Amino acid sequence: MLRYLTRRLAYYVILAFIATSLTYLMASLSFNPRAAYEARNPAPPASVINSQLSLIGVNDQDPLLERYASWVGKTITGDLGRSITNGSINDEFGQRFAVSLQLLIIGSIVGLVLGVLLGFWNAVRQYRLSDRVTTILSFILLSTPVFLSAVLLKIGATGLNGALGFQLINFTGAATAGFQGSFWPWLSDRAVHLLLPTISIALGSIAIYSRYQRATMLDVLNSDYIRTARAKGLTRTHATLKHGLRTALIPMTTLFAYGFLGVFVGATFTEKIFGWNGLGAWFIDGVQANDVNVVVAYTLFASIVVLLAGFLADVANAALDPRVRAQR
Amino acid sequence: MSKSASSGIILRRLLSNRGSVFGVIVIVILFLFAFIGPLVSGWTYSELDYTSLRRPPNEEHWFGTNNIGQDVFTQTARGMQKSLLIGLLVALFSTGLAGFLGAAAGYFGGKADRIIMFAVDALLVLPSFLIVAILSTRIKQYGWLVLVVLLAAFSWMVTARVIRSMTLSIKEREFVRSAQYMGIGSFTIIRRHILPNVASFLIIDATIAVGGAVLAEASLSYFGFGVQAPDVSLGTLIAQNQGAALTQPWLFFYSAAALILFALAANLLGDGLRDAFDPTSRAGKRLKRSRRKDRRSNIGQTPKTAKTTATTTDPTPEPVGAR
Repeated sequence: MLRYLTRRLAYYVILAFIATSLTYLMASLSFNPRAAYEARNPAPPASVINSQLSLIGVNDQDPLLERYASWVGKTITGDLGRSITNGSINDEFGQRFAVSLQLLIIGSIVGLVLGVLLGFWNAVRQYRLSDRVTTILSFILLSTPVFLSAVLLKIGATGLNGALGFQLINFTGAATAGFQGSFWPWLSDRAVHLLLPTISIALGSIAIYSRYQRATMLDVLNSDYIRTARAKGLTRTHATLKHGLRTALIPMTTLFAYGFLGVFVGATFTEKIFGWNGLGAWFIDGVQANDVNVVVAYTLFASIVVLLAGFLADVANAALDPRVRAQR
Repeated sequence: MSKSASSGIILRRLLSNRGSVFGVIVIVILFLFAFIGPLVSGWTYSELDYTSLRRPPNEEHWFGTNNIGQDVFTQTARGMQKSLLIGLLVALFSTGLAGFLGAAAGYFGGKADRIIMFAVDALLVLPSFLIVAILSTRIKQYGWLVLVVLLAAFSWMVTARVIRSMTLSIKEREFVRSAQYMGIGSFTIIRRHILPNVASFLIIDATIAVGGAVLAEASLSYFGFGVQAPDVSLGTLIAQNQGAALTQPWLFFYSAAALILFALAANLLGDGLRDAFDPTSRAGKRLKRSRRKDRRSNIGQTPKTAKTTATTTDPTPEPVGAR
């Protein structure tokens, strides 16, 4: 099993390197960093712009492969380079990384756990009213893009706050600016800010995971070994939980590897819309500012996180399915 | 079984599914709205009516007007039009690409398989949103057709993987073997024997992909990476008017509702198609189960779909290319 996991990990590292390199080349060819300086009033002379861009390593007049080589060299030593305004990316990256990771981890755990539970519940109660209502709701959720559900949540919260006459749900940024207080008020302030972004990230994955979990669970519930377990005298709950749920979770591990891409993009939108200064918001600002290094730093983060999720799925798959452990 | 008979069965099963009927009706209505709407509204999408600014829906402007006096009905219809065109074209290209590359990987195996599957893995590392967003700064000047190509180029991977594994099993069937022994070229075999046998999956996938592409385009346009002014799409309309949702709801809610409704209809239709094509799936099971229930006791009301039960007893669809 260890050999299998090491081989997967090595493959993922190669994939991450290729994906990030391709993005670097694409961003370098697509962006026009010169525009950021030429738009200044008064515009600096061309020679000044050139030397500044060369210093940052994004001058389109330097050979592309040379820029790429120097980027690879720096990135391997852990230096992500400088942003278009000549700030150190490493300094800002750490702070934003914590913000993004918080949203991603909480969002995907909430989505996965609620989705699996909901799918399990619906499979056990197939064709009951609750099952039908959840099915319709999950279809609607699957058809609502994250940016729209985030905007709708914001509108709903604004309407609610307006109707109540005070700020019940505060949803701008990760915390109230200049908040002072002891631990518990601080924690509740954080939790309130986290509420809407978490919902907007998790809704889509709850819908997807619950649909799949319901389908795999139904296949398992109709299988012979569950009947055998029941015939041996196990209670229905015990048989479905111990023998059913574990088997039904195995296909979910593969789905999680794909589903995480959706969560990741969702988190990018959510950060921007709810004003969290995370890496996703930085990426969107970076594209708008023609900032090659910031965008590529985010891509590096994206590929590592996505592949880490894939690796976690492999581990979970091996842990749940003895056949995977035995074979490879 | 002749081809027309089997498509008749599929159609009947599709119409027995409430979700897919709803999907078809909504899609037809939205198409009419998008393509006929601008012709009958009496306004063009960029025309300004200075005598009515920021008006709620009224007789002259069915969905009201925005801050500069543009007709919201015509704008929404125009945005829907663009979104539909992009969605249909992206689904067509990406499903075609997925069918061809997936079948080729599965059929040829060896080096071709390894190269294509490596490309699939590499493209799946990064969300396509990131890549299209990065490239959007350059493609802005080339218009929305380039956006279609980009979206299609980054959305075929998962389908291709499924088609590949389906091809692996079809490749071993007798009709493919005999075609090979007759000396028929590989690409002809893929076109005549492999693709027709995965056609049902491709149709389902393309239907769902239309909805997905419309949502992807809207998400990109929301951040300004997709359709560019003066063109409008549902994404740009939502982005432009989100601030007015509470004070002037008509500016925001029509385009938001159109987007959700269309994606919902495409999803429901895709789901209904999957059930209709696959006799072992939910629709088939439900029919069998209700029949069993009927046999046990005649108390329960006869389900509306009972007529089609005879058709669900054919679990192995005949290979289309066999004849």
